[in-house]
Amino acid sequence: MSSIPASLIGLGVAAVLGLSGAARAGEVEVLHYWTSGSEAKATASLKASLQAKGHTWRDFAVAGGAGDAAMTVLKSRVVSGNAPSAAQIKGPSIQEWAREGVLASIDDVAKAEQWDSLLPKVVSDAMKYKGSYVAVPVNVHRINWLWINPAVFKKANAKVPTTWDEFFVAAEALSKAGVTPLAHGGQSWQDFTTFEIVALGLGGPEFYKKAFIERDPASLAGPTMEKTLETFKRLKAYTDRGANGRDWNLATAMVIKGEAGMQLMGDWAKGEFQAAGKVAGKDFLCVAAPGTAKSFSYNIDSFAMFQVKGADKIKAQKDLASAIMAPAFQETFNLNKGSIPVRAGVPLDKFDDCGKLAAKDFADSAKSASLLPSVAHGMAVPAAAEGAMKDVVSQFWNADKMTAKDAMSKLVAAARTR
Amino acid sequence: MSPARPFSRQLQRLLLLGTLLLFALYFLTPLYVMLVTSLKDADQLRSGHLLSLPSAPTLDAWSKAWQSACTGVECGGLRPFFVNSLLMVVPAVVVSTALGAINGYVLSKWRFPGSETLFALLLFGVFMPMQVVLLPMSQVLGWLGIASSIWGLIAVHVLAGIAPTTLFFRNYYVGLPDELLKAAMLDGASFWQIFRRIVLPLSGPILMVTLIWQFTSIWNDFLYGVVFSGADSKPITVGLNNLANTSSAVKEYNVDMAAALIAALPTLFVYVVAGKYFVRGLTAGAVKG
Amino acid sequence: MQTRHSGPNPWLPRLVVAPGLALGLLFIYGLMAWNGYLSFSASRLMPNYGFVGWAQYEALLENDRFRVAMTNLAIFGPLFIGGAMALGLLLAILLDQKVRAEGVLRTIYLYPMAISFIVTGTAWKWMLNPTTGLEQVMRQWGFADFSFDWLVDPERAIYCVAIAGVWQSAGFVMALFLAALRGIDDAIIKAAQVDGASLPRIYWRIIIPSLRPVFFSTLMVVSHLAIKSFDLVMALTAGGPGYATDLPATFMYATAFTRGQIGLGAASATVMLATVAAIVVPYLYSELRPRK
Repeated sequence: MSSIPASLIGLGVAAVLGLSGAARAGEVEVLHYWTSGSEAKATASLKASLQAKGHTWRDFAVAGGAGDAAMTVLKSRVVSGNAPSAAQIKGPSIQEWAREGVLASIDDVAKAEQWDSLLPKVVSDAMKYKGSYVAVPVNVHRINWLWINPAVFKKANAKVPTTWDEFFVAAEALSKAGVTPLAHGGQSWQDFTTFEIVALGLGGPEFYKKAFIERDPASLAGPTMEKTLETFKRLKAYTDRGANGRDWNLATAMVIKGEAGMQLMGDWAKGEFQAAGKVAGKDFLCVAAPGTAKSFSYNIDSFAMFQVKGADKIKAQKDLASAIMAPAFQETFNLNKGSIPVRAGVPLDKFDDCGKLAAKDFADSAKSASLLPSVAHGMAVPAAAEGAMKDVVSQFWNADKMTAKDAMSKLVAAARTR
Repeated sequence: MSPARPFSRQLQRLLLLGTLLLFALYFLTPLYVMLVTSLKDADQLRSGHLLSLPSAPTLDAWSKAWQSACTGVECGGLRPFFVNSLLMVVPAVVVSTALGAINGYVLSKWRFPGSETLFALLLFGVFMPMQVVLLPMSQVLGWLGIASSIWGLIAVHVLAGIAPTTLFFRNYYVGLPDELLKAAMLDGASFWQIFRRIVLPLSGPILMVTLIWQFTSIWNDFLYGVVFSGADSKPITVGLNNLANTSSAVKEYNVDMAAALIAALPTLFVYVVAGKYFVRGLTAGAVKG
Repeated sequence: MQTRHSGPNPWLPRLVVAPGLALGLLFIYGLMAWNGYLSFSASRLMPNYGFVGWAQYEALLENDRFRVAMTNLAIFGPLFIGGAMALGLLLAILLDQKVRAEGVLRTIYLYPMAISFIVTGTAWKWMLNPTTGLEQVMRQWGFADFSFDWLVDPERAIYCVAIAGVWQSAGFVMALFLAALRGIDDAIIKAAQVDGASLPRIYWRIIIPSLRPVFFSTLMVVSHLAIKSFDLVMALTAGGPGYATDLPATFMYATAFTRGQIGLGAASATVMLATVAAIVVPYLYSELRPRK
């Protein structure tokens, strides 16, 4: 009726909006293992965007072992009926959790924001269970990088290698110049990272897929694998004695200080160089690992959404998913973390040269089917098989008496672990 | 003291002291390394080696560890966790010690058929690995509604503490003369009166031993602390772990060491100050069996 | 003790102790039973109650890493327990000689017990690593050929774990033995000295044998610490190099929690418990029996 004053209508609308606003103030409890200074800054931006929407962020950080301790806590929480809203889970583990029936679908957010068109198919498939999104990707780390100290190379008269044969030539030159050719940390994930990079460089994406993702026994026990294992073992002579148990950042420090010439490591190594005040392209070089220039092996961190009760908690959870995919967050987070955005449409001008190169290669390899999940970082293979395979490779690296043939038969058995 | 060979006696003393000092070095070195590292700054860490003294000692690492280091999204240092640990440890220690005292009292002085077997069963429980506890207890605590809370954590520590505390008290009380209790009973004292008036006053030493042992185990525990605590009740070991075990990025060893020493301060304090009571308690028969 | 007296109701003590004991026993054996059940189930990421018979145990037997873990326990266990007991006894005997600095020394030997390995782990890792620790320091001091690289040697790394473990527990053993030594009657010793026995002989023949009850309790405590050595391994070597320093406790943790193989982890825990029981139970029986 026209007799209702506009002010009353205005009040009514405000009241309704206010009520729905109050219902929207939910709580998200987030389990993660980002506890260092730079990671804290990156995650804080996520917390801020959620708080802007009126939600509360309850932080549950558990450091250690790239998530080992966090997974223990997560299991206990789920068993006690008290799962967090979101947990930092990645790779096939997402599907394993989904199979237990404890994850929540965020398809409504995904469809509204058209995630399928923003993410490469390999990535979006990994975030889904039976066609529904149950997880959100945060970033992309590239694994197959070779980090080089150019000053050391110049002194040793060595050339930056693009194939594995060239690598050994450079390593010899570095060795003669009295420098450790390859900085390595003897931990099982680092051992396997090096191993899978060698496999990718020698066998190419097809071999990598057949051997590691499909875990085809013929590939795991074939001649290419034998060559890979032997090349891998050859590398050991070019690492130093103190490598065992060394953290990756201490290996990077060796390259920074000029005690070593090269390191095979993912793009988080860049953070170390930058923290020490080094400039990309001048004080350090990032090149694709030998033989892998056209391939991109990745590690994608993601948050899986658990089933929670209460309309406000569910709304908060969906807002979290949406916030993670927002371009602004993707830019801030990845600038701080040293990785690159996972979704298309994020401006890249603030990223450095290594980041820009990575982003370009990411897009290219997605098109040419050479975008590959890293086994060493839990992206390709279920945890039990991954652990068993890592055991074999680390044993092979450490035990002098194990032959490549032994290792191969053990790998086949390990790949079958359930 | 025989006057015959004073020189060889001196030599013996010297050897004795020398050996003791050598072992003291073995024991002290890790503490020294931690202390010295915590007083260095980033540059001093890079130069020098782990035993070198800081060229310009600074307490910056300590202040950062206490109030500004990042342990997740929060960057408030160890301070909030310290309080959580205190709130959790005190009730857990008190309740488990009380239960142990009563159990020990009964098992040593009021034996019944099967009490020795029960004691042996309890004793064996001391060998169960901690990891076995995690999932089933999570389930139980979930049913009870105290999962992910400080109460759940306290409950688990009390339950896990029953075996060692009972062991300590029972072994000690076995050494108390039965005549004391017989006399009291002839005077008409009740079960509880005997406990309160005779046994408890004599329990000083073993009380010290048990309290110190329980305090140390519970304060230093990480696994139960990270699994059973809630978002607001995480103990200091969890905070320390988050601070020191970051899986990526720059490691600030000086802050890590300072944080580790802060986390160890209460227990170190207890051992240094109450250490002599600890030994006195053991002398008085805590574990004579 | 008393079965017929005009004192308190004989049922009162049993009632009083019942809840505490029951809870304690339920906690221990209930959990062991639950764990045992899981070892016969198909549990992977989460507990799942489908029965699969001996499958998990078969998988365990074929698992090379578990074999290494059990072997390590057989090496590390006696080394750690023996080392701690021997060093503790030695220190106790030495300190018993009326040394003036006893208080200070005692505190120095005892304090490691107060600190957890989460705290000292990094320090120990540094000290034992050839490039940052003892070897590097000795070389900087001029001993160019000095080498101590056990930590990075798959065959010897477990000894480093034992060294760190003994460091932590020997002081506690010392305290227990020292207390016991103090409790020994001086008269016996004086009598033996009058008879002309030398000090070492007195120790060997009289004092050490009379420590038997304390020995039992101490052995229990130190064995308990050996089995629980989870923090120690994780902090020092994380099971490495490769899995050369894996112990059953860390194996169980890795399989059950990190790798989503709860059934296998439960089987490993059961095997470990059974092995420990096989050794401990007879000892418990023999020590507790005559104590009537």
